[in-house]
Amino acid sequence: MKLDSKIPEGPLAEKWSKYKANQKLVNPANKRKLDIIVVGTGLAGASAAASFGEMGFNVKNFTIQDSPRRAHSIAAQGGINAAKNYPNDGDSVHRLFYDTVKGGDYRAREANVHRLAEVSNDIIDQCVAQGVPFAREYGGLLDNRSFGGAQVSRTFYAKGQTGQQLLIGAYQALMRQVNAGTVNLYTRTEIVDIVMVDGKARGVIARDLVTGEFQRHFGHAVVLATGGYGNTFFLSTNAMGSNGSAAIKAYQKGALFANPCFAQIHPTCIPVHGEFQSKLTLMSESLRNDGRIWVPKKKEDVDAIRAGKLKPKDIKEEDRDYYLERRYPAFGNLVPRDVASRAAKERCDAGFGVGATGLAVYLDFKSAIERLGEDAIRARYGNLFQMYEKIVDDNPYETPMMIYPAIHYTMGGIWVDYELQTTIPGLFAAGEANFSDHGANRLGASALMQGLADGYFVLPYTIQNYLADDISTPRMTGEEKEFVEAEKTAKDKFAKLLAIKGNRSVDSIHKELGLVMWDFVGMARTKEGLETAIEKIAAIKKEFYSNVRIPGSSEGMNVELEKASRLADFIEIGDLMARDALNREESCGGHFREEFQTEEGEAKRQDDKFAYAACWQYQGEEKAPELIKEDLTFEVVKVAQRNYK
Amino acid sequence: MENNINLTLKVWRQNGPKDKGRFETYKLEKVSTDSSFLEMMDILNEQLVNEGSEPVAFDHDCREGICGMCSLYINGRPHGPDDDVTTCQLHMRKFKDGETITIEPWRSAGFPVIKDLIVNRSAFDQIIAAGGYTSVSTGGVPDANAIPIPKDDADEAMDAASCIGCGACVATCKNGSAMLFVSAKVSHLALLPQGKVEAARRAKNMVAKMDELGFGNCTNTGACEVECPKSVSISNIARLNREFLKAKFQD
Repeated sequence: MKLDSKIPEGPLAEKWSKYKANQKLVNPANKRKLDIIVVGTGLAGASAAASFGEMGFNVKNFTIQDSPRRAHSIAAQGGINAAKNYPNDGDSVHRLFYDTVKGGDYRAREANVHRLAEVSNDIIDQCVAQGVPFAREYGGLLDNRSFGGAQVSRTFYAKGQTGQQLLIGAYQALMRQVNAGTVNLYTRTEIVDIVMVDGKARGVIARDLVTGEFQRHFGHAVVLATGGYGNTFFLSTNAMGSNGSAAIKAYQKGALFANPCFAQIHPTCIPVHGEFQSKLTLMSESLRNDGRIWVPKKKEDVDAIRAGKLKPKDIKEEDRDYYLERRYPAFGNLVPRDVASRAAKERCDAGFGVGATGLAVYLDFKSAIERLGEDAIRARYGNLFQMYEKIVDDNPYETPMMIYPAIHYTMGGIWVDYELQTTIPGLFAAGEANFSDHGANRLGASALMQGLADGYFVLPYTIQNYLADDISTPRMTGEEKEFVEAEKTAKDKFAKLLAIKGNRSVDSIHKELGLVMWDFVGMARTKEGLETAIEKIAAIKKEFYSNVRIPGSSEGMNVELEKASRLADFIEIGDLMARDALNREESCGGHFREEFQTEEGEAKRQDDKFAYAACWQYQGEEKAPELIKEDLTFEVVKVAQRNYK
Repeated sequence: MENNINLTLKVWRQNGPKDKGRFETYKLEKVSTDSSFLEMMDILNEQLVNEGSEPVAFDHDCREGICGMCSLYINGRPHGPDDDVTTCQLHMRKFKDGETITIEPWRSAGFPVIKDLIVNRSAFDQIIAAGGYTSVSTGGVPDANAIPIPKDDADEAMDAASCIGCGACVATCKNGSAMLFVSAKVSHLALLPQGKVEAARRAKNMVAKMDELGFGNCTNTGACEVECPKSVSISNIARLNREFLKAKFQD
């Protein structure tokens, strides 16, 4: 297969304008005749569904939650980037583009990233018009703050609840369309397969999670906006229901899965504390604006702290190792996430970690509180401090927070071209579900930007270019043989899972998978470790299909059955992640192969061999996937070793 | 400090909307006080699955207090015996060794039970669909800094907008009123110039939908404000009433 990324000709900064000037359109009368299925109601899904509805298409929008407003975009805390340059600190579209490509360790497609930077400003305008209550200065204008990987303040925020406010904005726009009758909303409904007719995506098989009934839905096009697959690790900052199943269904139908090994490990999460733990809670990157990260310099202090004989505030200033400020003086505590996470791991591996397990470092607000006062810190981060205190039972105004890296976001995902279309005609992917904009590492406050860019400002154009050729395709009824067969296959899969009647709960197997992923496909990877992971994952797959126990039946609500069907797909993703990590013999961004590092322990890329997106093509059950490469060419960005020193 | 406690749980089990429902009693041993309430429920469910029984169905997702999915009436309080938290943020250190904990779904005419502890809150979506937005479509909007907004107004709008739509206000209200939820949305948008334009119409349409869906009236008991995990203020209800009256006068 030869991949065509369909990047428009011409200078980088003009590509998107040229595309828009030349794309095909669908007239209003024809829009009414066209159906679009949107799977997911997070930032990308809700913004796309609302925009399509406003344009006059018929939209069917699906969510596994009881309401679109629950999608996990809601949990994003810190902010959203845009190149507005309101603070007059030298920002521009070009600089946001450049920072994003560099932050992604030169593994993203230039043209997509430039478009993202171009539309970033429109997003802020749109959200303000919707009534998103962004933070403001006393003069009434919008406030900004800094995030990792940038030397400008370009992050807009709404307290520590930016994702919530942006999602509510998109959700309200969506509900306006539901009221107008252009969007039909299907809540508590999960997509269990994609229906293909004559090589094109023409619909989905859905399962009503309340009744257990299967449904057939036709669409002239299908958009997957189903988020990332971080929950492969069981413990992550993702919501419990976040899953990669729609992506795996697309992959098994022929869409390519690109860069699965690029997973982001976020440096500032509340550390793991027990085997009953169900998820990890993120403490926003925005805290690194004012918090300083350190561990003790002396081993004896470490031991005394772990034994409870010393408290962190007893450690004198000169006995503290502010290791990020020491190693990266130019960016200090605001280095990108991958760099900060590895630095924390390095200190803990060297024996300087704190907390009961030794797997934690301090995030300290002492100097910020001395400089600005406790009230100022409370105004900026009050809800985050409260969240921390409720979980850990410690007051972060008085004692430093303890943090450790955790799986947070997946840069990899379904391969899409410039139009966000997968290799299956009529199947599109948006937001975290696609692979397109963040390369090997995403910068903070860029996920919200990408989700809304795709949904509000990219898909509404590119999907028309596809649908313009489809205006004479009549609606299908769902009685066609392709729909009937797809439903039968899906039903059989669920029946097969229920018939296993083994001895182990879904969660116990998922936790086992998670540990393998964390140990061998986590922050530091090696050839041997990855080979071990592939073997262990195969054994877990066997165990799952022979020994999982799912009480109840497929009729009515059955939460264990839902979890089992998602775990079956996480196992496939885990295998793909390990294979991709094994193939990529270099370190870049969130992917760190121990064999490839500089003398100072920094990631060492192999640009001559691996300047490509690794796209995996499904070859059938029990067969190894085939690797297809999309070469990345850099016309504008000067590829260099990332330097945050 | 972490320690382990033994618990007796009285959990509401109801197999579907038409089932009558009943309490079942379960024993749990050695639950870490560092675990969250929902992690305790996970432990219970793991135990039930291992016994071959059906686990307890309950709503949850983000487990960090923002998605609004988790609910539960715990020992007679929505979101349980801690202030300013959702059930997922409630930790077992708030309970004593040997304690009996009663766990029920939200009980309200507006929120019918789907299964066990899961209720249907789609009425909230219908109320938002009736007018809880600004009528702007994608594109063609002014620059974000074109209209300055006083910081105090923006902050107050943010406080109202922090509602997570969990429904604790309805569940705790003796009248089953959704006034705190509706007023939070009406206030959030009415405080901003972008939402001011439609404020009166919005209030009227949302209140009409709320009444139509069978939620009760507000009699100012203030219980909703006490139980709101996001501390949404009851003063929003006064603002809703003002906007509602304006709409009435305009008619």
